[in-house]
Amino acid sequence: MTRTRKPGVSRRTTLAMMGAGAVTFATPWVARAQAKTIKVGMPTILSGRVAQLGTSSRNGVMLEIEKVNAAGGLAGRQIEMVIRDSKGQPQEAARVARELVNTDGCEILIDAEASSGAFAVHEVARDLGVLCLHTNSETSALTADPKQHIPNAFRTARQGVHDSIVGGSYAAAIAKAKGLKRWATCSPDYAYGRDTTGEYVTYLKRFAPDTEIISESWPKLFQPDYTEVVTKILQAKPQALYSCLWGGDLTSYIDQANIYALFSQMEVFAVNMADYTALTVVKNLPKGIHSGNRYIKTYPATPENAAWGDAYKAKYNEYPTNWSWENATAIMLLAEASKKANSADGKKIAEALRGLKIKSPFGADGTVTMRAEDQTLVGYAIGWGTTIPQEPYVPQVQAGDWKTIFELEAEWKKSKGYT
Amino acid sequence: MDIDALTGCLASSACLVTQTTSGFIIGMLLFLVAVGLTLIFGVLKVVNFSHGAFYMFGAYFAMTAYQFTGSFALAMLCGAAGTALLGLIFERVFMSRVYGSDVLMQLLVCYAFVLIFDDVVRMIWGPEFKSMGMPAAFQVAPLFIAGGVVPPYYLLLIGVALVAAVVLGLGLARTRIGKVIRAAAHNPGMVSALGINTGLIYGGVFALGGMLAGLAGALAAPVRSLTPGMGFSVLIESFIVTVIGGMGSILGALIGAILIGMIRSFGSLGFPLFTEGLMYLFMVIVLVSRPTGLFGKEVA
Repeated sequence: MTRTRKPGVSRRTTLAMMGAGAVTFATPWVARAQAKTIKVGMPTILSGRVAQLGTSSRNGVMLEIEKVNAAGGLAGRQIEMVIRDSKGQPQEAARVARELVNTDGCEILIDAEASSGAFAVHEVARDLGVLCLHTNSETSALTADPKQHIPNAFRTARQGVHDSIVGGSYAAAIAKAKGLKRWATCSPDYAYGRDTTGEYVTYLKRFAPDTEIISESWPKLFQPDYTEVVTKILQAKPQALYSCLWGGDLTSYIDQANIYALFSQMEVFAVNMADYTALTVVKNLPKGIHSGNRYIKTYPATPENAAWGDAYKAKYNEYPTNWSWENATAIMLLAEASKKANSADGKKIAEALRGLKIKSPFGADGTVTMRAEDQTLVGYAIGWGTTIPQEPYVPQVQAGDWKTIFELEAEWKKSKGYT
Repeated sequence: MDIDALTGCLASSACLVTQTTSGFIIGMLLFLVAVGLTLIFGVLKVVNFSHGAFYMFGAYFAMTAYQFTGSFALAMLCGAAGTALLGLIFERVFMSRVYGSDVLMQLLVCYAFVLIFDDVVRMIWGPEFKSMGMPAAFQVAPLFIAGGVVPPYYLLLIGVALVAAVVLGLGLARTRIGKVIRAAAHNPGMVSALGINTGLIYGGVFALGGMLAGLAGALAAPVRSLTPGMGFSVLIESFIVTVIGGMGSILGALIGAILIGMIRSFGSLGFPLFTEGLMYLFMVIVLVSRPTGLFGKEVA
């Protein structure tokens, strides 16, 4: 029986076509997978009294993301930011963070919340296991307390205890020189305010043991009226006042304290004053307020820092804030870690982040480091100076010494049982 | 608790002057907001939950006028007149449609407008906080009375609020229009039957309430940071004031506001960590002993 070929498509041809089709269809799929954007979620405060800081956080992130995306993104994946307003409420921050991961498909979180919300987002990161970079919360316990530690959460913000060590030693020197023994404090009544003030006082007393705190005021966060606080401080007649009020709270406080001439009656140390948010908003900026550097483009006095400040201003028509550089640093570190890991995977990036040192316009020596042991940023420029009412606002900044910071921070951690 | 600080203050004339003035400053601003709230409730029987927004608009209007003109007086005028106009429009276009509705419906409408007004402010002036700055005329050294510190600007603020209280009180008690407003509060049907346009009265009262809140915002603008949503915390404290004083009572709003101001001022010395709580505790005590508030029966 002679076998005749049937007309039509042979089995071999069919298989070949299927194979070719599979390749044809699969190639774009692979290409799409490689080109798939990576979503980065960002809960932050875009409404209310500190909305300007939230906006400046977003701006800081976007400025750097443009550069990272232009250079190829995170391991070839373009970053797509998904930014949501938490209104500065912890429960809303947690809800938004969870939704960003579960509903929007974000693979990384930039937690641009104040300390009030950061601890809530931290718990979401703990629960979901997603890579999270805290960019604004400066409450030391967030990364210093081992109970808070999770391998997937990092902090790119400055830390309260670092500020307090530098600020406390700076203030103690002035206290000794001017004989300032009676001090008052006025700080917001929440984690950051309480912790930072406590740490500042610890180091003030350590370096100037004969100082005493004769009055404490704890106005609530976003309080509209500080009159009773101002008059309480006046009654106490301190020689010096420390405050870690910030943003709109600080400007309100200054406006209200100004008309009581409070600033001429005592030496004032306001750690958050030297930030453009406050410096440019307060209409009658008092001269001679002592402040830690937050973001000013003249400190660190390097061309890189000035250029970064100018680039930000050129793009957003205003100067950056403390939160801007802290958020920009998160993206800079993400990009470098992703490059080092050659991956956009959160776990691999987290691994690469530990101990990572990068060049930075905000570094005390031109670099910043993500310290491995507690996954917090160190090496950023930190110093204190006094204000003048016009640019450069804080003309001379005394630099803090990181060797001393590390020594005293280690002691502080030990005293807190954090090691 | 720091009872020593409180007793020490009560024994010192300097401290008494400073803290009493401070109490009046806090209280008088609250009074201006609360009196509008209580007036609207007394006449229109509406709990205007959006009232804090008028305080916010007053502050923003004043700041903008001050930026353009540099005149403090014009800034105050714009703050008050702008919110009066806004109140009138708001009442005629929206609130007048929910009179007689369920209280829940009125609250929902008002709350919707709280959010809308906040967004409007955000769109016009931006989300970031603003500062109007203290006019040069008031950038002077504070006065020292019996050793106590009193800023001249705050004297003006207290004076303006007291004048508003007196004018409002006398206006409602003695003038023809005041009598008509009081009559409309008691029996709008009868007032309408007499040929008086109750719609006009309602609109006028709402505008007056808005104007008073706006004036408070304008007076606060030089010393408080301006931000969308700034009216909310003031609204809560104003509600406390009206509840303590008695809903609908102007005298009650005045006394309630001064009491709250004093509680905050002296409480910050004696109970620094419980100043807020003290305010609520006082409200509870008043309501338990007198459920209609201190002057609850004296409806305007």
